[in-house]
Amino acid sequence: MSDALIIHSAGPGVTVQDRGRSGTLAFGLSRGGAMDRLALAEGAALLNQPGDLAVLEMAGMGGRFEPTRDLRIALTGAKMRATLDGAKLAWGASHMIPQGAVLDIGPVTSGAYGYLHVGGGIDVPQVLGARSAHLAAGLGKPVAAGDRLPLGEDGGGETGSFLPRSERFEGGTVRVVPSLQTDLFPQEQLERFAQTRFRRDTRANRMGVRLDVAGEGFSVTGGLSVVSELIVPGDIQVTGDGAPFVLMAESQTTGGYPRIGTVLPCDLSRVAQAPAGAVLEFRFVTMDEALEAERRYRAEIKALGGQLKPLVRDPHDIRDLLAYQLISGVTAGRDI
Amino acid sequence: MTDSPAQTFPRIRSAGMDGLLVSFGDRLSEPANRAALAFRAAIDRAGWEGVEETSTSLVSTYLRFDPLGPGAGTLRPQLETLLGDRDWSAADLPEGRRFFRIPTVYGTDRAPQLAEAADVAGLTVEQAIESLSAARVRVTTIGFAPGQPYLGELPEVWDIPRQSALTPTVPMGALVVAIRQLVLFSVTTPTGWRHVGQTAFRLFRPESETPFVLRPGDEAQFVPVAPEQLANMDEDPDGGATSEVIR
Repeated sequence: MSDALIIHSAGPGVTVQDRGRSGTLAFGLSRGGAMDRLALAEGAALLNQPGDLAVLEMAGMGGRFEPTRDLRIALTGAKMRATLDGAKLAWGASHMIPQGAVLDIGPVTSGAYGYLHVGGGIDVPQVLGARSAHLAAGLGKPVAAGDRLPLGEDGGGETGSFLPRSERFEGGTVRVVPSLQTDLFPQEQLERFAQTRFRRDTRANRMGVRLDVAGEGFSVTGGLSVVSELIVPGDIQVTGDGAPFVLMAESQTTGGYPRIGTVLPCDLSRVAQAPAGAVLEFRFVTMDEALEAERRYRAEIKALGGQLKPLVRDPHDIRDLLAYQLISGVTAGRDI
Repeated sequence: MTDSPAQTFPRIRSAGMDGLLVSFGDRLSEPANRAALAFRAAIDRAGWEGVEETSTSLVSTYLRFDPLGPGAGTLRPQLETLLGDRDWSAADLPEGRRFFRIPTVYGTDRAPQLAEAADVAGLTVEQAIESLSAARVRVTTIGFAPGQPYLGELPEVWDIPRQSALTPTVPMGALVVAIRQLVLFSVTTPTGWRHVGQTAFRLFRPESETPFVLRPGDEAQFVPVAPEQLANMDEDPDGGATSEVIR
């Protein structure tokens, strides 16, 4: 039997994710993939492996996992309480965990989606060009106790490093460009939209994130019924109740509700990671500013590898020091 | 806004920072729908550098690109040139179209909003079944959910609005109606459209070689059957439907 990650227990929102599917939009299937794309890049940098390998996305709550081989892992995205055989593990870092050890990942302490990356990636079969579960489409399902997720071949590499903490886990300001229907909204509403401190509603999932409006809601003039039109991730649609709703990875591909703006792809991680109650604000930017933001974002991703710092472990936190391969894993450990 | 001059079509707009949308109308019409389908096929044939994905909606063609690649600055003039090549609203429908006859239970507890929809349309239940089941409708676009068709256009009497409140859930295979269109649901989902029929037709088959069964341009007729005659979707993903190539 091939090497696997055994799932002893899992929260309700733990799914296999990657970058999602390209080319299925015409068939009504949205791209899907990880809610926090930056976390995918961080995990890839920590493990020095390609960014298109599949990972475990954990919404709000992790689970108990056990590898059947020595395994390099990285923990990124929303910070969660993590222990290995009872000893604390640093978040935002890479670790070598021995075969048979139990990795316990608890509830999120800031942000919304945590990620568990494994050396070689999670090797479930591709369906329609990707490994990611697309729950809204009925593709795949959340992982559950008793599952054994196949592990990909790991080329090996260093572990025991961390990345400086990003600050995208508490809400904040999100940049938007005008959408197809932005000019259907009266100027007064657009100004108010850009000045409102929204709170992330408790209603949020992989399809979209609802925002609470304390005062008056938003609507297009005359209750105009727009023709059902294409949706792209980041579109902010305004439904009948006047509350904005940011459409995310697993959104529908077309819709009849007007959209007030579109969040820049590089700022979608911030929307995804805003915990319930966090304040989110929107700022309209020009297309040139949006392109500059994207350029900067890609440069930051490229530079992630150079940001790695060695993790200083407190020996007191390591329960069974001798079980650890202290010479940082040059291989997956199978040849010793 | 309302006082702006009448919009002319086709019209090119940006959709997010990495997409362009070419619209051939601001409401569903047969020529605009044909234009959108034919224009997408032409973009796919052109194979422009930087284009990552294309799609259509009811009346528009979409393309997504790498915003830091050739980008909108290069692609927009290319689109304008291609638009000028011909009258896209006179384009033919896609080739290889098929006609599906799909067994459908109208009304009963399987499709509980038939009477309400008939009432809004000003028809008796019998007239509503007769009208809906006689209509030969065309797939105008696939969208919202995987493999899910919008079908039109129905007779004018069916120009009924969406409901003000959402129906919390309709099952996979549900046939719903609003604004002279039908949608056949590929997933179990909430909807603002009225649930008038139930089929056992599975539109999205991820394990199959043809995961998305229907394509824009295909035609369909929803043939009435009694509830006890409706096939079991798990045993027959076609739900008793038959298809033939349109010549």
